[in-house]
Amino acid sequence: MRIARHLWAAAALTALTLPAAGQNLTVVSFGGAYGAAQREHMIDPFMAETGVNILFEDYSGGVAEMKAQVEAGNILWDVVDIEAIDLERACAEGLLEVIPRDILPAGADGTAALQDFYPDALANECGVGVIFWSTIFATHKDRFPNGGPQTIADLWNLTDFPGERALRRRPQVNLEWALIADGVPKEQVYEVLATPEGQDRAFASLDKIRANVVWFDSWSQAPVLLNDGGAAVVQSANGRIFAVIQEQNLPFEMLFDGQIFDLDVLSILKGSKNIELAHKFISYATGTKPLAGMQDVAYGPTRQSSNALIDPAVVPFLPSSHLDIGLRADGVFWADYGEALGERFNQWLLQ
Amino acid sequence: MTNAIAAPSRRATQPKADIGLTTAEKRHARRELWRHRLRALALVAPLLVFLTFAFLAPIGTMLFRSVHNPGVSQLVPLTLEELAEWDGQGLPSDAARTAFALELRSLFTERRSGRLGEEINRVMPGASSAIQSSGRRLAALDAAEVSGNGAALLSGINATWSEPRIWRALDEAGRTFTDRNFLTALDLERGPDGKIRQRESARIYIDLYTKTLRMALIITLLTMALGYPLAFFLSRLRPGRANLLMIFVLLPFWTSLLVRTTAWIALLQTNGVINSTLMRLGVIEQPLTLLYTQFSTILAMTHILLPFMVLPLYAVMRGIDPSYMRAAMSMGARPLRAWWSVYLPASLPGVSAGAMLVFIISVGYYITPALVGGTDGQMISNLIAFHMTESNNWGLAAALGTLLLALILLIYFIFDRLVGASNIKLG
Repeated sequence: MRIARHLWAAAALTALTLPAAGQNLTVVSFGGAYGAAQREHMIDPFMAETGVNILFEDYSGGVAEMKAQVEAGNILWDVVDIEAIDLERACAEGLLEVIPRDILPAGADGTAALQDFYPDALANECGVGVIFWSTIFATHKDRFPNGGPQTIADLWNLTDFPGERALRRRPQVNLEWALIADGVPKEQVYEVLATPEGQDRAFASLDKIRANVVWFDSWSQAPVLLNDGGAAVVQSANGRIFAVIQEQNLPFEMLFDGQIFDLDVLSILKGSKNIELAHKFISYATGTKPLAGMQDVAYGPTRQSSNALIDPAVVPFLPSSHLDIGLRADGVFWADYGEALGERFNQWLLQ
Repeated sequence: MTNAIAAPSRRATQPKADIGLTTAEKRHARRELWRHRLRALALVAPLLVFLTFAFLAPIGTMLFRSVHNPGVSQLVPLTLEELAEWDGQGLPSDAARTAFALELRSLFTERRSGRLGEEINRVMPGASSAIQSSGRRLAALDAAEVSGNGAALLSGINATWSEPRIWRALDEAGRTFTDRNFLTALDLERGPDGKIRQRESARIYIDLYTKTLRMALIITLLTMALGYPLAFFLSRLRPGRANLLMIFVLLPFWTSLLVRTTAWIALLQTNGVINSTLMRLGVIEQPLTLLYTQFSTILAMTHILLPFMVLPLYAVMRGIDPSYMRAAMSMGARPLRAWWSVYLPASLPGVSAGAMLVFIISVGYYITPALVGGTDGQMISNLIAFHMTESNNWGLAAALGTLLLALILLIYFIFDRLVGASNIKLG
């Protein structure tokens, strides 16, 4: 009897994991608090409305997994949430389908989709913007009883603000901040970073805090490091810190100075067998209301009509409220120099 | 039984050896022989198929990928044909540049120019955006205009096309078979004159190989120092008790690798068990930086790999007759001398086997350094993973992996010369 039940369960599981037969769609995103918000506002309502079964999976970003699937011709994912910084490259390499703009519905206030979306959200034909997010730094208030670092320059100031800095182990953002801390105006950061002298200058600037840096690999480590005392200041995606402040009421402070903001987009993997369903999902998920739901993790909406639905209490935590002190991540620059600077960054780390 | 039948049948195939078997009997015997062979083949077939698909084929593909680089030559074949006549000095001919403009135009419309950009960018950082933006501009023009005046159009769109170095990069990236990945993996590069020289930009891989080998050696010595006395002690116990204690060696061995590594994180982190205990005892004032260092990598890996040292040692030591030691001592040797000249040589095959296992496993170790290694605890495998998943440079990852494989084979060869492979014993 029991064995029979196990067999049934196994058969059911196998059926679930078999390639999408009919109304199955695989959606892949970053998990964590962001994934939970997407599940609540995009995945679950869509499933309830259409009866389509969505397999919602996590990945950690980058184009490698998509490349592997497309090259092998074994497409397991349909819709993927991609950082705009990787989108340029993934689209130009032919890993993604072009998404026709006429599938996008008008905003809740009746504005036509093309006017309703911020231009950046539709800048690349392979994706539809789903959030504005940014890389910020956050401090633990207990570690700085007399007030903590407020600017990127303070982040580099070890005498007035001692303590470990936790940074994500990659050249992106860190090199930009290193130049800003060294006095480069933020409008010129990418211009300077494209020259060999500028790169030397950025690494020399990183040298100054090197002994006090803790490196981590995944955004989920950022709030943990801040909480367990591994670092007094951490670099983080703004939503991750916002979520722990909201849920656990921890004494963290978010600083937006020098924030590097970027978009995430929804894209369709080239060769997906469920393109029509994927279009349907994307047009639903990028509607006015689901987009406004991303405020749960302080990620800004990519439609202007969603702004009306944002809780005023969340507004100060949205990247879009601090655009004047921030910098837009340059996807084209990183497509050009990502690999060369990545190699040099690794060398610098190993010195 | 089968042998008895097989033997005459082989002779039966020779014309002169007629030992009085009928044709039917011969046929039967032959069939029996075949059946015997098939049965043997069927028994090893699953392993053979598995090894071919799971081991030989992937390794072969990997080796091949490190030298085989067909991307660019498939994307811009006509340009490369034209470039073949170019001497590498000054700009290539107008025909070559026009051919490229045409091919770039059609690549962009087919959304394949990104592949080209990525490949060229690898030889010349910064080229990717020039290729993309030029492709976009060319796609807006009509084909006749581009084919008439492509060379001038390119230079007008982006100044990069007036520099010889991007054409050299294109020529270089266009080679279907290349040693570039191996040169990079050895921190070398080819200069404009075609001679191999030290790489000007990042030089990291040789250092990393050296460091990986050094760490593997330290880990091997540590597991030896910890494992030898333990295995010695266990081998002298009564079997019942030894088996009981063996469980303590095996239990961690059976526990998930991730669990054990994460346990070290809990112990070593800034406010972890070790730091808070030491601070409470007043030994230290500030928490020590233990996690994310070379120290933590070596510590965790020594712990994880210890069973690989203890198990072969124990197996070999159990087989050493204790009376040898007693005999040596009865003839007047002091215990240490007796151990040195009698016991140690007898246990050496176990030491070799353990050392070989631990060393080879730790040279290619990935997960523990990735989790607790921070920056200075990274090993070569972590950089291979970086090129596989982040920089997408599979060719370089393959070359690094191939060198690692060659290095391990070389070490095994040297080890074989020094110790003799026959002296490696697992029990």
